[in-house]
Amino acid sequence: MLSSILAISLGAILTNNFIFSQFLGICPFLGCSSKVDTATGMGLAVVFVMGLASAICWVIDTYILIPLGLAFLETLAFILVIASLVQFVEMFLKKSVPSLYEALGIYLPLITTNCAVLGVVLLNVQNNYNFLESVVYGITGGIGFMLAIVLFASVRERIQFADYPENFEGFPICLVSAALVALAFMGFSGMQIF
Amino acid sequence: MYFRTKLKEGVITNNPILVQQLGMCATMAITTTLFNGVGMGLSVLIILTCCNVCVAAIRKIIPEEIRLAIFVVVIAGFVTIVDLLLQAFIPALSSALGVFIPLIVVNCIIIGRAEAFCQKNTVGASFVDGITQGLGYTCVLILMCLIRELLGSGRFGGGLIDITNGFRFTMDGTGAGIQLFPSDYGASILNLPFGGFLTLGVIFGTMQYALKKSAKKKEAAEQAAAAAAAAAAKEVDE
Repeated sequence: MLSSILAISLGAILTNNFIFSQFLGICPFLGCSSKVDTATGMGLAVVFVMGLASAICWVIDTYILIPLGLAFLETLAFILVIASLVQFVEMFLKKSVPSLYEALGIYLPLITTNCAVLGVVLLNVQNNYNFLESVVYGITGGIGFMLAIVLFASVRERIQFADYPENFEGFPICLVSAALVALAFMGFSGMQIF
Repeated sequence: MYFRTKLKEGVITNNPILVQQLGMCATMAITTTLFNGVGMGLSVLIILTCCNVCVAAIRKIIPEEIRLAIFVVVIAGFVTIVDLLLQAFIPALSSALGVFIPLIVVNCIIIGRAEAFCQKNTVGASFVDGITQGLGYTCVLILMCLIRELLGSGRFGGGLIDITNGFRFTMDGTGAGIQLFPSDYGASILNLPFGGFLTLGVIFGTMQYALKKSAKKKEAAEQAAAAAAAAAAKEVDE
């Protein structure tokens, strides 16, 4: 039990990192990584939402959709859960933790269209994870996302001093440097856990 | 005529990936064989066209405040239909693309077009927009696949073309493709995530170069025309 949890967490953070090996959540990864502090805020919000979404969607899938034979509506149900969850978290934070709400700002509603969140929920179903494993996979997947986006933001802060071809200005140079960070993450891929 | 301008817009000047920078995840993740690229591109094209028509048809009765939720439900409905159809008729594609088919729901291209175009335009215009934008997306996917497959494993058309018993297209993803050089000589790193980021980055850079060059050319032509007009005016004065 414990070893499977450990394997799931290490896999989600390092070997099967959501961004660098599964390509989930690239849009916010490229969009919100120009500064380290916004990247950290986005990362924290994603950890929170991914953990909660995994838990809620597991319950809905196991106790409502599967018993009623509605498993084919999973995608539809999950995206609605995520959208309302994000809305709810936004209202809750606004009322009770205004400082965090201010810090996250525009990034919070954008999490709805982050494919890492819907991706983790669908992968939970695909891998037949139980409740605990789903929640752990959600949270550690979020931590992996945060690690990647914070690392990449610090790389990007240094790009401005680099001398690259002017036609690569902006997005292309980001992609090329993301490729190099992905290359570094490949070092983990040979790692065997249990 | 309208279709041609829209087609140019969708494929080149307002390409969903290369210019609007939307829908990156699937672009990098699944472009390893031509079969995956064509399958994903056509699925997005169909879903995008259906959603565009649907959203444009109901645009006048959607309340402003909850429009995003309505868009998401419409999109998720069509994605579920396509997902089930693929599972039933092209299971090879369904298993190759895996989680990326249901993830079309959160592909920003579709919700982006609904928000930016279909809300303000007629059903016919939205239909054309869906097809042209979908074609633009498919073109970039196919380009990525061709580059990564050729340089990564020396192959062309993996999964889609079979030449063992004469040339034919395989719809079930079993075709081995045309081996142009032994796969041992390919840079197999291009088939890994690294290659996805790098290939897209280079295509993006090339696109920016081309767009900049054509803008400069246009500017030069305009300047020349203005100079000619000024010279003509001077001549008339004299």
